[in-house]
Amino acid sequence: MSEKTEIKPTLAARLGLAQFGTTERKTVTFGDASAVVGSRFWSIMSVLILAILWWASAAFEWTDPRFLPGPASTWERFVLIATEGYRRVTLMEHLTASMSRILWGFGIGCVVGIPLGFAMGLSNFLRGIFDPIVEFFRPIPPLAFIPLVILWFGIGEESKVLLLFLAALWIMAIAARSGVLSVKLSKVHAAYSLGASKFQVLRHVILPNALPEIFIGMRVALGVCWGTLVAAELLGAQEGIGQMIWVAQKFFLTEIVIIGIILIGVIGIAMDFAMRLLEGWLIPWRGKG
Amino acid sequence: MQNLVAEKIGMIYKLPDGSQVEALKDVSFTLEEGRILTLLGPSGCGKTTLLNILAGFLAPTSGVVSLSDRKIDGPGQDRGMVFQQGALFEWLSVEENVGFGPRMNGRPAAETKKVVDDLLDIVGLGGFGSKAVYELSGGMQQRVALARCLANDPDVILMDEPLGALDALTREKMQGLILKLWKETGKTIILVTHSVEEALFLGDRLFVMAPRPGRIEREYELPFAAQGLEVNPRELKTSKEFIEKREEILSLIWEMEEEIMGSRGEVL
Repeated sequence: MSEKTEIKPTLAARLGLAQFGTTERKTVTFGDASAVVGSRFWSIMSVLILAILWWASAAFEWTDPRFLPGPASTWERFVLIATEGYRRVTLMEHLTASMSRILWGFGIGCVVGIPLGFAMGLSNFLRGIFDPIVEFFRPIPPLAFIPLVILWFGIGEESKVLLLFLAALWIMAIAARSGVLSVKLSKVHAAYSLGASKFQVLRHVILPNALPEIFIGMRVALGVCWGTLVAAELLGAQEGIGQMIWVAQKFFLTEIVIIGIILIGVIGIAMDFAMRLLEGWLIPWRGKG
Repeated sequence: MQNLVAEKIGMIYKLPDGSQVEALKDVSFTLEEGRILTLLGPSGCGKTTLLNILAGFLAPTSGVVSLSDRKIDGPGQDRGMVFQQGALFEWLSVEENVGFGPRMNGRPAAETKKVVDDLLDIVGLGGFGSKAVYELSGGMQQRVALARCLANDPDVILMDEPLGALDALTREKMQGLILKLWKETGKTIILVTHSVEEALFLGDRLFVMAPRPGRIEREYELPFAAQGLEVNPRELKTSKEFIEKREEILSLIWEMEEEIMGSRGEVL
């Protein structure tokens, strides 16, 4: 056994300004994916420079504050709508309304889409029936359904959830189908030889084998749902983050529009990060078959 | 007797373009309990097809296979399988992999644990039970595969190139382990391999198979597997007898290759 000694990267290496470890002595790094891990220094710089530009544009009045308000007035407005709310609805209530729509639409999309994908991956009959439907609806952007959804279900809560459900459904069905189809035949054969029943093969081989792809599907679906949400809330709603920025725009409250956009970005990143944590915790075997 | 009997097995694959391939033709043999048979031959000779028929994953187009007079018509626990690699369940730990069969059969957990611990000791993986399979080397993974297959106490063990993906040194060690398991458990084993040396060393019977149509070209009864554990394997593999047999079989396979590929000159 080789002795493992702790090698501490230098500060420059931590900031991504110098290579260390096995990469340090490489002579060919252009095109070597393992040698390009990013530079934290320049990441910090790019965010910092953007922030400074934003601040400067307001401070030196490069732009009209009605179109691009500065960080200070945006922050003030943020505190105001977080505490007192905008049109008597607090920021938290807007977010809760949006999140609950996401969870319902995405959740039902998973509950229907995953079994649908499994059915399509396991039976020629069911695959034959559902393939044309899924393949047809997959490339249609969920927004294209808005007029029809309004015609059929009005502008209530159901319509928004339905739209998000449609956004998640096809993604989940296809992810689950490809997860099922990715199982190695030798694993299935091994399980049958060890005395597993069909149900046990499904439960103990095909399902865990499909989990990594289902998770990737969930991450994609959650992202698409989040992106569809703002549009869904344009259908008309009392509360919701998308509705908030839409109404604020009509009243020329650009600060609120900017706050909404930043929050949508931050929450999107947070959701993806949470999914990745969950993934590492639930399926540590991902990519190691 | 738990004899494994194949009677006039034929297997014809229909291709999408309407043509047919005769993967196996008139393959007949009787393998007595406790023998270890190796199958050797160029690619396309039907050895994996034969193994899949014996495992019950494929139904032959003609003929019958049976184990102790019971017709084989599907996979069953009386026949364990060991695959080349990647057939372990990476979402389960080493001991959960080994205990998979007993668990599927609803055996009590305590009994399963004892079986699993014993088997891990036998294959040299005592203390590795709680590891994830992807943390193990290729050789150790194949040890897990052997233990998993033994946990159900099958009558016959079918191995499809079990050592094919291992490096030379690990491969020799694993050959020793297979011989040891064969001697100690008295199981009937059928092993498919691409290596002439491995087929000679591990088989107390050996079939050289030929392609188009897939068939048994020549059969050997061999002494080496029986001696394999007593004498030094390297000495055995370099003995005059062993080398003579090896060259004989190699030239037989070369002849087949020439028939398929044309003259030897084109290949070299």
